Amino acid sequence: MAALKKAAASAPQDKINGGSPPEFTKEQEFKALRDMLLIRRFEEKAGQLYGMGAIGGFCHLYIGQEAVVVGMQMALKQGDQVITGYRDHGHMLATGMEANGVMAELTGRRGGYSKGKGGSMHMFSKEKHFYGGHGIVGAQVSLGTGLAFANNYRSNGNVSVTYFGDGAANQGQVYESFNMAELWKLPVIYVIENNRYAMGTAVSRASAQQDFSKRGASFNIPGMQVDGMDVRAVKAAGDEAAAWCRAGKGPMILEMQTYRYRGHSMSDPAKYRTREEVEKVRHDQDPIEQVRNRLLAAKVSEADLKAIDAEVRDIVNASADFAQHDPEPDAAELWTDVYR
Amino acid sequence: MPIQVLMPALSPTMEKGNLAKWLKKEGETIKSGDVIAEIETDKATMEVEATDEGTLGKILIAEGTADVPVNTPIATILADGETAADLAKAPAPAKQEKAAESAAPAAAKAEAPAPKAAPAPHVAEPDPEVPAGTEMVTQTIREALRDAMAEEMRRDADVFVMGEEVAEYQGAYKVTQGLLQEFGAKRVIDTPITEHGFAGIGVGAAMTGLKPIVEFMTFNFAMQAIDQIINSAAKTLYMSGGQMGCSIVFRGPNGAAARVAAQHSQDYASWYSNIPGLKVVAPFSAADYKGLLKAAIRDPNPVIFLENEMLYGHTGEVPKLDDFVIPIGKARIVRSGSHVTIISWSNGMSYALKAADELAKDGIEAEVIDLRTLRPMDTETIINSVKKTGRAVAVEEGWAQSGVGAEIATRIMENAFDYLDAPVARVTGKDVPMPYAANLEKLALPSVAEVVEAAKAVCYR
Repeated sequence: MAALKKAAASAPQDKINGGSPPEFTKEQEFKALRDMLLIRRFEEKAGQLYGMGAIGGFCHLYIGQEAVVVGMQMALKQGDQVITGYRDHGHMLATGMEANGVMAELTGRRGGYSKGKGGSMHMFSKEKHFYGGHGIVGAQVSLGTGLAFANNYRSNGNVSVTYFGDGAANQGQVYESFNMAELWKLPVIYVIENNRYAMGTAVSRASAQQDFSKRGASFNIPGMQVDGMDVRAVKAAGDEAAAWCRAGKGPMILEMQTYRYRGHSMSDPAKYRTREEVEKVRHDQDPIEQVRNRLLAAKVSEADLKAIDAEVRDIVNASADFAQHDPEPDAAELWTDVYR
Repeated sequence: MPIQVLMPALSPTMEKGNLAKWLKKEGETIKSGDVIAEIETDKATMEVEATDEGTLGKILIAEGTADVPVNTPIATILADGETAADLAKAPAPAKQEKAAESAAPAAAKAEAPAPKAAPAPHVAEPDPEVPAGTEMVTQTIREALRDAMAEEMRRDADVFVMGEEVAEYQGAYKVTQGLLQEFGAKRVIDTPITEHGFAGIGVGAAMTGLKPIVEFMTFNFAMQAIDQIINSAAKTLYMSGGQMGCSIVFRGPNGAAARVAAQHSQDYASWYSNIPGLKVVAPFSAADYKGLLKAAIRDPNPVIFLENEMLYGHTGEVPKLDDFVIPIGKARIVRSGSHVTIISWSNGMSYALKAADELAKDGIEAEVIDLRTLRPMDTETIINSVKKTGRAVAVEEGWAQSGVGAEIATRIMENAFDYLDAPVARVTGKDVPMPYAANLEKLALPSVAEVVEAAKAVCYR
């Protein structure tokens, strides 16, 4: 455990409470482990199906970043909305959307969340308050601010969690949204998932201000840098930001320092970074191993952990099976859902 | 020689105004920059500042005088040493003189021009949407739009208006006048100058079920926001398999105003009408503006509502009904005829209707169709008319290439080819950015003469 803790010089600095985050209960640790494992196994399977040609187009995997969505989700309550960009499978699973429906959308089948008409980057669930799934980099930031606007308009006490990456953080509409969110004190948590690369461009090559928690400074939006590889730190930051929003104090920015293990998309060989860099993060900071090691240190049996592995694998395998056998959408679906 | 003060043009489209008040009396000393009078247009009261020094010699237009044409002498200023006896020497005003130089109106982001007040167009055919015997009220299009929004906001608490200057300023073009006072700042929201951002916020709010009316000060500025309009508003219903749509109206003036040049004078009708998932409405008459805006606000889909700044001050008869809603997607035959069909919408209708009057003098009876909605397009009404006349002319202020007229011509070709006695003709804006010079601007736009010529050509006359 000790060996895993922030050994790398480039490791994200935990700024929550100035030190290590509050411990999870055993129940929380199990939940975090299970939810993160589900995302990882799901994404591995999606990568496999893509390689087999069962999934087409773009497919952006979330492997490595699981602690961000799982920790944030643990800080939310029923009714809070989630919106993100195109690296969205993890967000959907974290909100409780069914693996079958997500995987079937990836394969373009009628049982997918968008009946096969949206694909990897465009899925939604009204029931789970998941507002997409957006393919235009940065567009979700204005939309997510609009969700917060609606919460404010309705005075419903809900918070909009608006995710975007270090790449999207350079888009103009992000700052237009920041301005209005603070001006109107909208309840929105801007979660900037800094995975260090905007496609193939390292943060240092694209961003004049690399501390993304300061990106709201000229609008007076407070921000925090968070160890996005430690699910407990994420949850603690999420709790603080949600409380801030619910108190009517306006938006907050959380920069989640995280890392994606795979390429930008399935077609990206990721030649812009070294294998050693990836291996080091995996070895030193892996979000799932952190929890597993804590549980083992707390004398949880290997058998209990294996049971979680098995449950998750069953869900993922069933979803892959469903997604490959579910029929394609009926041809008549071409013409539906253009207008209502 | 005494200096004449002329009635100033306070905006690019102003032709006349009311002399509300004199702030200086005859005989008073005037310094350059002094406010000497207040002028009322139909949307604002503006101050007239003196640009010359001297004594106010004679007031030529009494306060309270209405409809004083621009460039009319309103007073004379006597220079040092001059007396009332010199008044007779004042020169007659030169027609081309730029009267606006004697006034300094407050500059907005885009100076909001006041429209021409012109009479309602000749309407030959009764509107089938209006029950016979309905009492009518005369309203400007500006008022009709305001009433439509106010009525829908009273009816549905989820409807709100957002945009630049819509609340405290009462609208850059005064279309949202009084809404803030009735509905408060929660529902009538001034935004920063940030089109991309507030369009996205509107769409996000609409995804949760609210019904925003997003005003663009003009559609020229909506190009900053077009990604949110098309990629987010128009496509989400489809991409979500029908789960999540977006009931939202994007509205504001579109197309050419007057003398505001290329970046403020573009017609976006064909751009938006290209997009499945959007509805596109572009009315001409005051009644249609009201009834269609109400329909647009209620529509569960994103609606692009294209207004025309030149028409805001036009008056028309609006039915006095509790709930006057015109269905989207229905064209209207405004004038019936048997020789040629002229199809247009929005301000294009002003050329079409005047051309029909001209043609009638030559014995050509034109049937004039106001499309009102561009998407979905009422093909049936066009085709039925062309089957009757065998000839068609499409009139639009936008450019010809990939224009709405091109689409109309194609639909006629596809559906009524065997009925055509001549190729379909188009009258469009010229294939150039809008020039500033008055003569060039006039040349760049369609004209009544061009519509008459095109109609005669398809009639082989």
